[in-house]
Amino acid sequence: MTIVKTKLNRRSFLKASALAGGGLMLSFSWLAGCKPSPKEVALGLPDEWFELNAFIKIGENGAVTLYNPNPEFGQNVKTSMPMILAEELDVDWKNVWVEQADFYPERYGRQFTGGSQSIRQGWQPLRTAGATARAMLVAAAAQTWKVPGNEITTEPGFLIHQASGKKAGYGELASLAATLPVPEEVELKDKKDFKIIGTSKKNVEVNKIITGKPLFTIDYNKEGMLVAMIEHAPAFGMRLKSFDAAEAKAMPGIKEVFSFKVHLDEYEHNFFDTTTHYEMIAIVGNTTWEVMQAKKKLKAEWEIAPEKSIMQSGFGGNASKVKIPAGLESTEGHRARMEEFSKKPGNILRRDGDPEAAFKKASKILERTYNAPYLAHNCMEPVTCYAHVTADRAELYGPIQAPEVISNTLSARLGLPKDKIQINLARMGGGFGQRAYGHHLVEAAVISKQVGAPIKMVYTREDDMTYGIYRPTYTATYRAALDENNNLLALHVKAGGIPETPIAPNRFPAGALDNYLAEGWEIESNITIGAFRAPRSNFIASAEQSFLDELAEEMGKDPIEFRLDLLKRAKENPVGSRNDYDPERYAGVLELVREKSNWGQNQPGIHRGVSAYFCHNSYVAEVLDLRMEGNKPIVENVVAAVDCGIVVNPDAAANMGEGAIVDGIGNAFFGELPFKDGVPQKNNFNTYRMIRMPEAPKNIDVHFVKNDIDPTGLGEPLFPPIFAAVSNALYQATGRRLYNQPFMKELESGITRM
Amino acid sequence: MATFNLNINGKSQSVDVDPNTPILWVLRDQLDLVGTKYGCGIAQCGSCTVIMDGNAVRSCSIPVSAAEGTKITTIEGLSENGDHPVQKAWMEHDVPQCGYCQAGQIMSAVALLESNPNPSDTDIDNAMNGNICRCGTYVRIKKAIKTAAKS
Repeated sequence: MTIVKTKLNRRSFLKASALAGGGLMLSFSWLAGCKPSPKEVALGLPDEWFELNAFIKIGENGAVTLYNPNPEFGQNVKTSMPMILAEELDVDWKNVWVEQADFYPERYGRQFTGGSQSIRQGWQPLRTAGATARAMLVAAAAQTWKVPGNEITTEPGFLIHQASGKKAGYGELASLAATLPVPEEVELKDKKDFKIIGTSKKNVEVNKIITGKPLFTIDYNKEGMLVAMIEHAPAFGMRLKSFDAAEAKAMPGIKEVFSFKVHLDEYEHNFFDTTTHYEMIAIVGNTTWEVMQAKKKLKAEWEIAPEKSIMQSGFGGNASKVKIPAGLESTEGHRARMEEFSKKPGNILRRDGDPEAAFKKASKILERTYNAPYLAHNCMEPVTCYAHVTADRAELYGPIQAPEVISNTLSARLGLPKDKIQINLARMGGGFGQRAYGHHLVEAAVISKQVGAPIKMVYTREDDMTYGIYRPTYTATYRAALDENNNLLALHVKAGGIPETPIAPNRFPAGALDNYLAEGWEIESNITIGAFRAPRSNFIASAEQSFLDELAEEMGKDPIEFRLDLLKRAKENPVGSRNDYDPERYAGVLELVREKSNWGQNQPGIHRGVSAYFCHNSYVAEVLDLRMEGNKPIVENVVAAVDCGIVVNPDAAANMGEGAIVDGIGNAFFGELPFKDGVPQKNNFNTYRMIRMPEAPKNIDVHFVKNDIDPTGLGEPLFPPIFAAVSNALYQATGRRLYNQPFMKELESGITRM
Repeated sequence: MATFNLNINGKSQSVDVDPNTPILWVLRDQLDLVGTKYGCGIAQCGSCTVIMDGNAVRSCSIPVSAAEGTKITTIEGLSENGDHPVQKAWMEHDVPQCGYCQAGQIMSAVALLESNPNPSDTDIDNAMNGNICRCGTYVRIKKAIKTAAKS
């Protein structure tokens, strides 16, 4: 049992009416927000709800509504976060309704979906909120029955006083409990007593999804709402010069065509503000198809944009100057510059021992360079947002992972105080990092303000794919120094990208090597990048884990054994003090994947690759099996072993893991966005190849390490290691090491069996 | 503008639109049937899949003028309460993640099973090849189709 103070998130426990001036609590009665999610709820809706805190209300009939604080983009927090509340509240899941909370940080604290942090950072606050409400119900029973509170126990949905034989449903005492003071401290359950956490629960919105109910921003409709589309510059490095709207305006159903500034001049940018397009053209009309047709009739002239400098906040604050260079960039030019930077000394990010001396005395040096292109997110729901802005308030409904950050941007752009801006959190049709960047909320708000009407802005797929926020292009050169007995003397990595280095210098294999050097470099660009499922890790894992595979072979070691040897060293006698991983848990997933994949038992025609990585506080190892059909790899099976601590909702967790594996295989095989003169060379799915069912693995098994460590991230960690599992298996199949993503392109460029 | 008489989910509907308007936008903007999704507009992603006279088609690329005299089923017309065998199988396997592409996936699966009640893995791969899921739920989709085929 753990006792926790309720002080930290005390504001969550206050009544909405008691929160003077802090945010808005309007009853937004549309779409997903209009009524709780209709999973099978045994008890019907009550006549009255009693609010115990921001997260929990209980009806007189015992029905419970739980609020999911974080934005849902498919990671299933709308189910798993309420599960944590329900556990500590001690209710039967079948009597729980779930609602999406609006953006209201005064009540819900951190409402950010990203970095695989929702469950990790929500764990303690949600447990505390559940336990606090339960404690208030116990206090209400104690007061009513005139017995000491510590003699009252609960079983799901009921309060019990054993000695007197008294028993009451939560609903009977909820009205009194809601009036009682919030306890200063509460007890949390023993983890061994969990009844809901650790048992699989269906997605609370699965019924709405499979019946096509309006759930997404693009589905939203409101009386008087107009549809808006935008036209942005066709190339990075260009800006609007002039435009002729006459023909577009004359098209049927069109109300207005105008240009607008996304940000005001001299605006100090927030962290998730994008610098892609500062001026756009808006086309506003009655229906989507009419606006799409009018958009084609726009005659716009674009010109080369000059270099620009802006001030932008870092992730935790502290603004710095960011230069947006001028010029029309191409992939060819990028390659040449990256090659040039790879050869120059980089910034030293970590240096252990004397790597230079070790390389000098090496009898053999293995050096390999890995490259990966820009990637577009391609969320299935294109960028979209609803906005209704009037002179004194703004109402937005949109797909947004980071509402807090964009609320500041909106406030600055609209000249409205934050408490006059209501952001409601739509279910997102994918996010993967792209929806952390809320430019669409700003654009929709500015358009609505200008036309004086509620609007729904929708990007075409082409607008979306060519907007930016891409996964950067990277390159990494790994070098290993070996002595005459094939002992590893030193490791050197130099890696960079446009515009950032992918290196996390204190991660494995740092800490396992006496002599280690990590150098980074970066090249600035006007092509905008952004978080993309496991930023940086999604490339550096692929390079590192491919290199370790080749190095193990060079040293004559089994690739799993080789990694375990290094981890043993890192555990028993770590080098350096800043290593940010736990070698034992890292080894644990390798051991688990070795067992579950029957590593070492080869099947004819099946080629295996292994890879492992630690990021977002979680450990993953993966083994991928493929066979070749001519020159075409068919992925038969993937086995993953994951240590993310306690798994709240195991089947949903496995689903997300399977998805990350499929997503990673797709990007490893096909993902690529090249540029020519600033123009993205792909703008829709006819040219941008995404993984489809025939290329997905025939089977995936995700295994979780069982422990009672508080939960850590899961949306991202299964993604980075799969890239090298693919390339390592392809090497086994073809005898050819692949160094350039996308691998299918390299493979098709001339397959050689060695 | 012209008037078109459509049969959607067994119901006759009349709309007055530009003859080139794709069925997708008639469904979404005129008839308030928003379960059918816009994903690419060029019949490459399958989010807009509906069943037209028994075939899975991409509604973003068929003009309303070609829809008269046909029978169209959308995700909303599959069942009253989500109890079509394919929908039930989707629930059983808890397939969706973000959910955006799933209506299109389900409609492709329904059309497949109507013409081929016992599809092989290759049949499923071929029938579902036009539907992209960025969340990567393909493995579960395939399992759900097999479960539905058995029911």
